[in-house]
Amino acid sequence: MTWKNLSKVGVIGAGSFGTAIANILAENNTVLVYVRRLEKLKLIDTERACKGQKLHDNIQLTNDLPSFFESCMLIYPMVDSTNFRDMCKAFSSYMRPDHVLIHGTKGLSVNYPVGYEEMDPPQLTRKHINTMTEVIRQETTVLRVGCLSGPNLAKELSAKKPAATVIASRFDEVIELGKQTLRNERFRVYGSHDVLGVELAGVLKNVMAIASGIADGLDMGHNAKAMLLTRGLGEMIRLTQALGSDAKAFFGMAGIGDLMATCASNKSRNFTIGSLLAKGHSLIKAEEILNDTAEGIRTTKIAYGLSKNYNLNTPIIESMYNILHDKASIPDTLQYLMTHESADDVDFI
Amino acid sequence: MITEIEQQIKEQLKQDAPSDMYEPILPELQDWPIYKLTQEKEEFAQVLADASLEHIKKLVDSPAVMEELLAKVVYLENIRLKQDAWKTDTKEEKEFWIATKKMLIQRSLDIKNDPKFAENYDYGIFREILEMYSREIIGTFNEDTYRFASKALPFSFNRLLNATSSWKVWSNQFKLTDRIKTFGYIDEIRNLARKGTIVVLPTHHSNLDSILIGWAIHCLGIPAVQYGAGLNLFSNPIMGYFFSRLGAYKIDRRKKNMLYLETLKTYSRLTVQKGLHSLFFPGGTRSRSGQLETKLKLGLLGTVIEAQRLNFQEAKPNQPAKKIFAVPLVINYHFVLEASSLIENHLKQQGQEKYFVGRNSMPSTKKISGFIWKFFSKQSEVLLSFGKPMDLFGNDLDEDGNSIDQHGKPIDIRSYFLAEGELTEDLQRESEYTRMLGDEVRKRFYRENIVLSSHFIAFVAFEILNKKHRRLDLYGLLRLPEEDRIIPYNQFVKVIKNMQNHLLAMENNGQVRLSNHVSGDVEKLIQHGLQNIGIYHPKQALKRNKEGDVTSENMNLLYFYHNRLKGYDLEKLI
Repeated sequence: MTWKNLSKVGVIGAGSFGTAIANILAENNTVLVYVRRLEKLKLIDTERACKGQKLHDNIQLTNDLPSFFESCMLIYPMVDSTNFRDMCKAFSSYMRPDHVLIHGTKGLSVNYPVGYEEMDPPQLTRKHINTMTEVIRQETTVLRVGCLSGPNLAKELSAKKPAATVIASRFDEVIELGKQTLRNERFRVYGSHDVLGVELAGVLKNVMAIASGIADGLDMGHNAKAMLLTRGLGEMIRLTQALGSDAKAFFGMAGIGDLMATCASNKSRNFTIGSLLAKGHSLIKAEEILNDTAEGIRTTKIAYGLSKNYNLNTPIIESMYNILHDKASIPDTLQYLMTHESADDVDFI
Repeated sequence: MITEIEQQIKEQLKQDAPSDMYEPILPELQDWPIYKLTQEKEEFAQVLADASLEHIKKLVDSPAVMEELLAKVVYLENIRLKQDAWKTDTKEEKEFWIATKKMLIQRSLDIKNDPKFAENYDYGIFREILEMYSREIIGTFNEDTYRFASKALPFSFNRLLNATSSWKVWSNQFKLTDRIKTFGYIDEIRNLARKGTIVVLPTHHSNLDSILIGWAIHCLGIPAVQYGAGLNLFSNPIMGYFFSRLGAYKIDRRKKNMLYLETLKTYSRLTVQKGLHSLFFPGGTRSRSGQLETKLKLGLLGTVIEAQRLNFQEAKPNQPAKKIFAVPLVINYHFVLEASSLIENHLKQQGQEKYFVGRNSMPSTKKISGFIWKFFSKQSEVLLSFGKPMDLFGNDLDEDGNSIDQHGKPIDIRSYFLAEGELTEDLQRESEYTRMLGDEVRKRFYRENIVLSSHFIAFVAFEILNKKHRRLDLYGLLRLPEEDRIIPYNQFVKVIKNMQNHLLAMENNGQVRLSNHVSGDVEKLIQHGLQNIGIYHPKQALKRNKEGDVTSENMNLLYFYHNRLKGYDLEKLI
């Protein structure tokens, strides 16, 4: 079911990923990018560039919310997971059930239980966490939602290198819209109905990105990295299964695809934190050097909290939690990971 | 925090007063959509057959596949008539299917030699089948007999009642409204029934459900709701009488072929569009385990979403489209007539026990009379909890039936069907909306459920035994020797008290409703529960023995009634 007369496609947020996606969208559509701060908008518009990426001619900028939601029925929110709920709340009065949202945010919204600060790790269940599509449903009247995820490093996308992504939605029309608006000869778009699986794959891989950074920082070699990512994938799958999705999405773009890209690239923030830790910096110092937040730190805490509560076997997630919370040194952790009782190679399918 | 209306409902539950009879919102039966439908029954059968055919053509686009489908339907129908014959099957029906089979064989030979087969494909036989199904499904609503039935029902109950409670022979105080009590969003529902079409979505535990709801709706002054009743139920004289007169249409569960199912769905969709208030059991069949519905059948529910979209598509300019409202309803019995066979069926389905299960058919007339007798003489009651009405997307409604979002802002629900400003038919989109509606209804069931004393004590007793015999699996537990089933009374009281506090807190959070006995004195609660849980079954699910301790004579039944409180995460409290 394709939509006719798609006049404009909206993008919320002009970060590096948002800009990269806006540029891809602009090849097929007129794109309207919402930028909250007027000064930033003017700056981007005069330079016709954002985050080091040139803006496509088909991109227009606005900070007028009502007209943004009036003229765009298909919108790609590309904002930070920490701001996601607030954004939904703030914009909910402009959103209607005929809007379609495809978000590209990799993160979870956590409603921590009372007294979680004392807990080590916080005891979390499925009830405490919400994915971004769930946040949209809770805060707005939009039902037709989807999620975009995959090995999509912003720098490579903007350098016009070939890539692929997956759009996950329960609605065929949302997947179709994603394909219709995004795909071109350098960008392939796949579809999936497993929204939870795709969203969790994108989130949980951040833990593995930190681990991979550590392995890289210690110069452990390709064998070790492959071992880490393969076992890590298993842990991600076990956790996702416990949260109520099957593992299918993990064998696609959002799972293995994203894991390979993120953990091989030394550009990602999570990876950088890992390699700084491996070089002997403390977490605080590492974050200082990075001068940015690494989503993976928060994700590790959530993932371990869930894993512990569901009694899952996730030694890598546990080790990352211990390293990040100063409970174990990197050498001790390595020794633990290499010597603990090994289970079946593949026990999750 | 709970809303003002919730607070009122809570207080009403505590008062335990008889329910009111409400003024009919449409006093003239001739004005009821269901009456009008009966008046034009013949025309409607034609409309239904045509619409079903249109719909099937949309689903199956090639004549070759159509022909295959036809062959399959004919095969299934002939098998059904041979292997699963019922009294309700007619001679004409049998002749029709045999003749069709012969015709089809002849036709298959002709088709082989006909290069223009696809072009000239004749849908005549489909039309004939669909018309036959249509006539079978459409019910009869009779004005006079409705009036009679709605009077006869309480009258015969009252007669029985006066015969059983001899000390009150001369008193006319007992009314059906003393025993079948209605709670919840009644004013709101009455109001919405004037503004649009209501679809009642009840939990399903007993074959008596539909009659009870029919009666309750009558008490609320709402025009009769139509509901699908199994064809087999019409063979029971008492049930058949009421079913056919209170607005039931017929469903034959044996016919699982696509043509029949699509006709049924089209019937539901067309009648909802016509503004007939309807009732579906979203769980499909009666809950075998006794638990509140965990999974819903979405087939008929989907037709409601489709009807809503078509109401928008077919609305005349400058005329608002008729809106459809969903009303979850939880029926609470202290005892379910068919409990024994239901739970055995459930255990057998779970596949771990070699049960011999008797034919799970409608209880006999004698059994029903027995039920009614006990029901009144033992002062049992049925509580119907009418849930908060919503639109088909789970949104709240204001007084005028307008949908409002989580921030109190109005929503135009037409926009759920829009694609870039254009109203489109997208069956996959609608099937997702249906699934979401199903999820919402299921959640509401748990919130609107009224905890009865009998369910409460059954839950506690079963879980105490479960904990005590932790090593046993369910089937071991159900076969527990009698001497191991005893729970000291003091311990029982203690656990009940603890759990009661938790339930009261849940009630205050709007997570569940409590009957007046459950929120009151614990000793009385237990006494009331024991009186009611064993009311009908020859072997008591729960009772006090000579020493005053609590024990069960029938673990399966205890398990059945216990299941009612499953899904609230209460197990951890024991």
